[in-house]
Amino acid sequence: MLKCWQAALFASISLAFSLQAFAQKNPLAGDPKAAKAGESEFRINCALCHGLGAKGGGRGPDLTRAVKKHTHTDADMFQVISNGIPGTAMPANGTNGQGVGMTEREIWQIIAYLRSQEVKASPASLGNTARGKELFYGDANCSMCHMVQGKGGRLGPDLTGVAGSRTREAIIDSVRNPSRRLAWGLTEATKEFPQEYETLTVVTADGKQIKGVTLNEDSFTVQIMDMSENLHLLEKDKLRSFQKTRESAMPKYTTDVLGDKDLHDVVAFLTSLEAK
Amino acid sequence: MNRPGQSRIAAAVFFCLACTASAQVTSERLVNSAKEPQNWMTYSGDYSGKRFSALDQINTANAPSLIPRWVYQLGSTGKMETSPLEVDGVLYATGPDDRAFALDARTGRPLWIYQRQLPGDIRPCCGRVNRGLAILGGKVFMGTLDAHVVAMDAKTGAVIWDVAAADYRTGNSFTVAPLAVKNLMIIGVSGGEYGIRGFIDAYDAATGQRKWRFYTVPGPGEPGHDTWQGESWKVGGAPAWNTGTYDPGSNLLYWPTGNPSPSNRGAGRAGDNLYSNCLLALDADTGKLKWYFQFTKHDEHDWDATQVPVMLDAGDKHLIVQANRNGFFYVLDRSTGKLISATEYGKQTWSDSKDTEGRPIAKKDASPTLTGHTVCPGALGSTNFLAPSYSPQTRTFYLTARDQCDIFSTAPQPYEPGHAFYGSAYFPSEEAEPYLGFLKGIDPATGEIKGKFQHTSPTWSGVLSTAGGLVFTGDAEGNFIAFDASNLKPLWHFQMGAAVYAPPIAFAIDGKEFVIIAAGSALYAFGLP
Ligand code: HEC
Ligand code: HEC
Repeated sequence: MLKCWQAALFASISLAFSLQAFAQKNPLAGDPKAAKAGESEFRINCALCHGLGAKGGGRGPDLTRAVKKHTHTDADMFQVISNGIPGTAMPANGTNGQGVGMTEREIWQIIAYLRSQEVKASPASLGNTARGKELFYGDANCSMCHMVQGKGGRLGPDLTGVAGSRTREAIIDSVRNPSRRLAWGLTEATKEFPQEYETLTVVTADGKQIKGVTLNEDSFTVQIMDMSENLHLLEKDKLRSFQKTRESAMPKYTTDVLGDKDLHDVVAFLTSLEAK
Repeated sequence: MNRPGQSRIAAAVFFCLACTASAQVTSERLVNSAKEPQNWMTYSGDYSGKRFSALDQINTANAPSLIPRWVYQLGSTGKMETSPLEVDGVLYATGPDDRAFALDARTGRPLWIYQRQLPGDIRPCCGRVNRGLAILGGKVFMGTLDAHVVAMDAKTGAVIWDVAAADYRTGNSFTVAPLAVKNLMIIGVSGGEYGIRGFIDAYDAATGQRKWRFYTVPGPGEPGHDTWQGESWKVGGAPAWNTGTYDPGSNLLYWPTGNPSPSNRGAGRAGDNLYSNCLLALDADTGKLKWYFQFTKHDEHDWDATQVPVMLDAGDKHLIVQANRNGFFYVLDRSTGKLISATEYGKQTWSDSKDTEGRPIAKKDASPTLTGHTVCPGALGSTNFLAPSYSPQTRTFYLTARDQCDIFSTAPQPYEPGHAFYGSAYFPSEEAEPYLGFLKGIDPATGEIKGKFQHTSPTWSGVLSTAGGLVFTGDAEGNFIAFDASNLKPLWHFQMGAAVYAPPIAFAIDGKEFVIIAAGSALYAFGLP
């Protein structure tokens, strides 16, 4: 039967509320059989974003971290898995594109599985936060294009919450190989795919060239932010040329430009924001 | 593509024959639907599945001036997959959560609303959706998410009968628009995600009494039973969740079936797994199987064959064609079920050879693995339930297609009643990003792609073609678009504000043609100024 990946972004309010989210403690806590069943459920429903072993994928955070952002207790987890996290890619139960919603028991099985996978280590210890901040706003120039806590540029995504929604490896990869996987931008409630930060070069009817990132696009119109953060709201049939690439507007930071230690410091800075 | 013929279908249809919405829909009217192109009386607009409107008032010359005539807001959340019906000025449609309603088709003002009270523990697969109603003899019919079939008074929405077809707690549900044939209401079950045993039912439209049931997974002693390993048939799936077609000449129903369960894991159900992923030719009176054709044997990728099968006649050849979810376009002889051709219409990597009948067969290494590997098309298929269209004018089959590959990995799961039962995980493959969506035109005679339009992203909209030389479809970005059928160039578009998951229809009232489509939680009507 169809399984609609598009449903990822659907608010399935009725379904979410029909689940009893008030239980405080996992009735299956510590049960290895439940954890095993939970692993299968996890692969089916969650691995597409959080990776096959829950260590995080390109689209979702590492769930094996003992310290989490939204979810401290089992009840928090139940709530998040049932209802999703509004405004993020984390979908409500039954709307993740794998089709079927999980039963309450299946959710508890997943929680038993996730608890069995947790590793106690603080990712923040992997670099120098203060130096990372300096680099971010200084030599590394990240703040030219990225906002953090209300300060910085607008061309790229706001990075205040990035460490909570993506893994360390994924963040590092975004800096070393920005074009490999473009960041997600606007998500619309009924749409299957979020807009990605594609790079555009267009020439308008009067011969003006505009280069920037795509805020949104359909078959007939395009909404661009150019490199100087100006908005251009254009109709495609009035353009002289329209060129879209998946080459990121973010420069590739090789190790000559930003050494591994510096990068770890920047990531430590981004991670420290999330811990607050 | 050819230019559409200049023969505009007679303007006669625009003379108002039945302005008072009174005449009942008889089975004769359904058989002769071509005589009243002003009405849209079945899911696909006629029994052949063409989703072609003979109306030509809106045409390539004036399409750029189309305007919205009304919008009807449901005020609900969830997707609308409905294909409305329109009969003598009244429009009948459905929304999420098993709501049915009737509107004044000229103005969009509601006449009645039926809202089913669904139990909390229903097990719908893919959203709380419904694809539409059937109409016959003063009643409209709906299949429900709690696996009931309901007959309602077409004038008031009052329930006339309501029968339970199966146990919803084990994953049975209805999302399909039923098909009215003679005095019967034909409907197929959903639930391939839950290890149900699929079936197609026929109910007496007058009383709700079940007249026949065809189990799409044969039981012990029945032909085809030996295509299932051990007890696997009991949870074999093969749902029948999209509306089939009917040939009044031979009295055969052509109904497509879906994936075997568990959908993405073949271990434990060795064999071809009949009648999953088949086109079935059933005697409409008895439900007896005349022939079957299986598109994907022993499927491990969730490639339901539930796409609308379309009947075409080419000279003296009686054909039935289907753009299958597995990426191939199949042409069959509809008297015998013999395969005539199978041609690739989308990106696929699962097959590089054909059997002696000409059927594409799977490569050994196409099966999902524990660590996962990429196969095209992905689990959503090269197309899906999205209704296609065939225009006799351009002799072209139009459909919504997608190029997307998925990583398929196994995730063994025991069967438990009412629990998801896939046996596998899949997710979009980064190797293949971005996913592409198209409107394509296929020449059924050759399988050749005659034209295509690339959408900004894949869409879930169905397609309508009309005698005005037009093709209509919607997109994921919220546009409703009219194309020149001859070259698939957009002539007009309107931004509706939400993604489309439904197919368009066309009808006329008082000589004025309307085109209707659902987007978001609203129905939109378009016409000339
Ligand atoms: C479409 C991608 C996607 C899917 C599918 C998905 N998640 Fe998430 N999930 C995310 C993202 C992104 C976040 C981080 C949200 C944020 O804070 O920005 C998240 C956050 C979470 C969190 C909170 C982590 C924390 O630090 O508190 C939990 C728990 C979680 N997901 C569990 C699951 C489970 C269990 C499933 C499967 C049932 C699942 N997710 C499916 C994308 C996804
Ligand atoms: C010239 C502008 C520019 C500069 C400078 C820049 N970025 Fe980016 N960045 C972008 C754009 C545009 C994107 C979105 C496209 C993409 O994913 O590559 C992006 C994406 C990202 C992402 C992915 C975010 C997500 O939500 O997935 C991360 C992480 C990131 N940048 C970190 C950095 C860091 C750290 C630096 C400094 C070392 C930096 N960027 C410097 C423009 C820039």
